[in-house]
Amino acid sequence: MKRLSALIDTVAGWRFFKPLVFVACLTPGTWLAYRAYQALALGQELALGADPVKTFEHETGLTALTILLITLSITPVRRLLHANRLQRVRRMLGVWSFTYALVHLSMYLVFDQSCYSVGTCEFHAIWEDILKRRFIFVGMFAFSILLALAITSTNGWVRRLKKNWQRLHRLVYVAAVAGIVHFIWIQKSDFRVPFRYGFWLLVLLAVRVGLTIQKRRAHVPKPVTA
Amino acid sequence: MLIKPKRPWDLPYSDVTPEAAYHSRRDFIKVAAAGAIGAVASSVVGRAEGAQTPQGLPDLPNVKKSSYVPDAEIDPVNSYAQITNYNNYYEFGTAKADPARYASRLTTRPWTVKIDGMVGKPGDYAIDDLIKNNQLEERIYRHRCVEGWSYVIPWVGFPLKTLIDKVQPTSQAKYVEFTTLMRASEMPGLQTANIPFPYIEGLRLDEAMHPLTLVVVGLYGKTLPNQNGAPIRIHIPWKYGFKSGKSIVHIKFTDIQPKNTWAVETPNEYGFYANVNPTVDHPRWSQAKERRLPGLFKDRPTLMFNGYGEQVASLYAGMDLRKYF
Repeated sequence: MKRLSALIDTVAGWRFFKPLVFVACLTPGTWLAYRAYQALALGQELALGADPVKTFEHETGLTALTILLITLSITPVRRLLHANRLQRVRRMLGVWSFTYALVHLSMYLVFDQSCYSVGTCEFHAIWEDILKRRFIFVGMFAFSILLALAITSTNGWVRRLKKNWQRLHRLVYVAAVAGIVHFIWIQKSDFRVPFRYGFWLLVLLAVRVGLTIQKRRAHVPKPVTA
Repeated sequence: MLIKPKRPWDLPYSDVTPEAAYHSRRDFIKVAAAGAIGAVASSVVGRAEGAQTPQGLPDLPNVKKSSYVPDAEIDPVNSYAQITNYNNYYEFGTAKADPARYASRLTTRPWTVKIDGMVGKPGDYAIDDLIKNNQLEERIYRHRCVEGWSYVIPWVGFPLKTLIDKVQPTSQAKYVEFTTLMRASEMPGLQTANIPFPYIEGLRLDEAMHPLTLVVVGLYGKTLPNQNGAPIRIHIPWKYGFKSGKSIVHIKFTDIQPKNTWAVETPNEYGFYANVNPTVDHPRWSQAKERRLPGLFKDRPTLMFNGYGEQVASLYAGMDLRKYF
């Protein structure tokens, strides 16, 4: 176990580790872009499936959620394995998750709601969609949190918000729960994949609660008994 | 002398498609020409219309062209590759590509359709006799999925009415129930799709007898591919796609309304009638517009009864279509 911890920490401290994670995060998007190129420029009509927009929406959404859960896994893994240098990639992972969520939302706005210019954008229909469809509401809610967290992810904001920064950024758990609920609510009958993601998040939350309790115990002085 | 009255459905579809739908397509092309995204969209659409020919499956004999053909300008036919690679057929899996991947395992011969219930001539009807004894025709139908996308498909088949006339339902029969094959050894989705099987669908007898209701045995002039519901399926062009049962093994005439699978599974989202209706939303999405695949924008106005209102609206006179969705 100690060896594994040391190995992970060494890899995380390697100077190419961060660029490597960056490239890994870029890969799902590149793969989508490449298939779009095949479909559009090379005329391979099924490169993105018969419904290219749906493929884009599904894959960007799934990637956003996957990277978000990896982001949330960093702290527990770091603490449990004492691999502190993993911390170096956490912010970048979070911003990547937001980036995929942004593309995911943009696909919905541009292609499903025709928002490719102000004149064609049906604001009323979008507003109605958000209020009437619970899966869109909860997805928008998750996105709003990710947006706030992405904006305040810079060093400047960490400094300015001081203690409140950490409080604010705990909302990432709320965003993850909302993201999973969004995923469950769009399914028609087969819930295996969203339930797997939900299980992953539950484990993370359990570890988090466990670590917090441990920390409190360590800090709170034992009550004096008479 | 045989006098053949000119029936409303003999009109070319260009006459019945609302002008608004026509112009929205013009607008779409204009936008497509203007923006960068649009350029992308038009190139996809342009390519998809290119000829792609079906391969491998045998030709069907004596297929007559019919007048059931929409205006090719407004409703260009989807390619064979699109129609056979994007299917909802949960017996093979819930992903749209699953049927194309797994349906080749399906054995479609020998195949009989059991016809029973309130009917004068019940029996097991062999598929090859059904194909041989009915005049096959090609009909190009719009196909609207409840999920919000649509296709235009050149089916080959014969009106269900001719089969019903032959088997002579009794006067008590009010409904027709269709059962899809359930064969675990060839259908991996039965384990994973998480809906009740076998898949049941049904129609009111007058809907089933409507001249537009088609028994489908072919696509693009060839034998029907497995992923599209071989060897025999139904297509009801004015209803959402899930009404059109695939790989049918049993047709039952009954006096009670069939409990169709999706209405049993999720009763607040799917009903028995499932008529295409832009004014009645699915709880999770609007039905006002649709994405005509392989197009990118979901901006095509959905037509009442999928554009077949002139022919079928009278079936539902006086009914509250919000209640009977």
